Amino acid sequence: MIRVIDLHIAFGQNKVLRGINLTLKKGETLVVIGQSGSGKSVLIRHLIGLIKPDKGEIYIDGVEITRLKDDELHKITRRFGLLFQGTALFDSMTVAQNVSFGLERYTDLSREEIQERVNENLALVGLRGIENLMPHELSGGMKKRVGLARAIAYRPDIILYDEPSTGIDPIRADAINDLIIRMKHELNVSTVIITHDMTSAYKVADKIAMLYAGRIIEEGVPADIKKSQNPVVQQFIRGRAKGPIAKW
Amino acid sequence: MQAKSPFLYFSSFFQQAGEVGLLLFKTFKNLFKKPWEKKIFLQQLEEVGIKSLPVVSLTAAFGGLVFGLQTYVGFHRYIGPGSETYGGPIISLGLSKELIPILVGLMVSGRVGSAIAAEIGTMKITEQIDALFSLGANPIRYLVVPRTLACMIMLPCLTIYGDIIGTAGGLFYNVYIMGVNRVLYIRYTLLYIQMWDVLSGLIKAAIFGIVIAIIGCWQGLKTEGGAEGVGKATTQTVVVASIIILIINFFLSKALPG
Repeated sequence: MIRVIDLHIAFGQNKVLRGINLTLKKGETLVVIGQSGSGKSVLIRHLIGLIKPDKGEIYIDGVEITRLKDDELHKITRRFGLLFQGTALFDSMTVAQNVSFGLERYTDLSREEIQERVNENLALVGLRGIENLMPHELSGGMKKRVGLARAIAYRPDIILYDEPSTGIDPIRADAINDLIIRMKHELNVSTVIITHDMTSAYKVADKIAMLYAGRIIEEGVPADIKKSQNPVVQQFIRGRAKGPIAKW
Repeated sequence: MQAKSPFLYFSSFFQQAGEVGLLLFKTFKNLFKKPWEKKIFLQQLEEVGIKSLPVVSLTAAFGGLVFGLQTYVGFHRYIGPGSETYGGPIISLGLSKELIPILVGLMVSGRVGSAIAAEIGTMKITEQIDALFSLGANPIRYLVVPRTLACMIMLPCLTIYGDIIGTAGGLFYNVYIMGVNRVLYIRYTLLYIQMWDVLSGLIKAAIFGIVIAIIGCWQGLKTEGGAEGVGKATTQTVVVASIIILIINFFLSKALPG
């Protein structure tokens, strides 16, 4: 369903991605792990067309998206849901307006059905009765969950999560993991998750890929990643300060 | 600190001019494409038009008063007592063709252009524009088109309103303060002022509206670096839009007949 071939991007002299190759099948969950600043968010932004690569190709259901014009690209990106690392809620809109943004534009649902879907999605992420609050009235964790409700509201085929559990307490984080698994089973969505949280990664992933120095240095099912012989992977998944990965 | 070479200044200028030109092209290309953001467009009409009325009222009134004052002094001193009645058409002509469109343009660039840059700039640095894109909305169609249309429509409306207030200010000073003959003042004004004089001011205002919106959106969309970046974008918007308004006003005055 998603195929990334030899993806390269540099910002000035900084070569962030140096030949990424990835494949994600329909209904599969891929977790991308890697240090902060290793280019994980840059990779996810390429998948949705927010960044054009210097070199390489990205296929979504066989359609190469890196050279599409805006309108054609938007038809593809409407199939995506993206949870941003910083939530990116529209601060001039209420929670309900944020969650219903995609529904109002790209579905034929009636006003009542949209309202129902908004309530249903907010309930899914454990938030009720906050429809009329503004984003600035919410805590960081609540914003994250509203962002998640917005990303899944119009039932996308592909959901991209940029650090879904960051800033959320462990119990809520585990509830979000359960929600990710539930979305996958109920809606058969393909999922790409970026996280540092290895507990979460092991729980939700069908595959884990480690991004290091602009390349995928290891890819496999969680059990394979745990047993990896690569010292870089071992240092990262065990969270050790000492090892081959430079500290800063 | 190393001085920037003239070549770099030139290349940077052409690069920025190219960015603005491209944004303008994309905006007009998206002008009639669906979905139309009616709600945002109406909000912007209110923001640009209704909320600018107080500042336009004040500037137009005092612009008209001071223009009336100087016109009175000019006629009285150089042509002689009694000739001040001819000040009416001069005031109306100067106000409707030059002063009011410029004043409205500068005021709106300060009030609305900076607000556009700040709002879009904040959306940019908090990833809200990326979120729009990810939800399938075209940021140009959603953000830039409604603002550009609103400015293009409301600036001529504000200019007409400013023309009326400014002309009334000039009349008030000459007739009610300096005692110029009211009947002759109004008769000469109506006799010599032509519809095209007013229309050319409105055409200018519409173009100034496009300049303000496009510069504000351009600065907002290229904002980087947090609160400092937003501050820079708003300042740059006011400075760049004001300079462009003053420069193109001259060329429009030369190009428009009358």
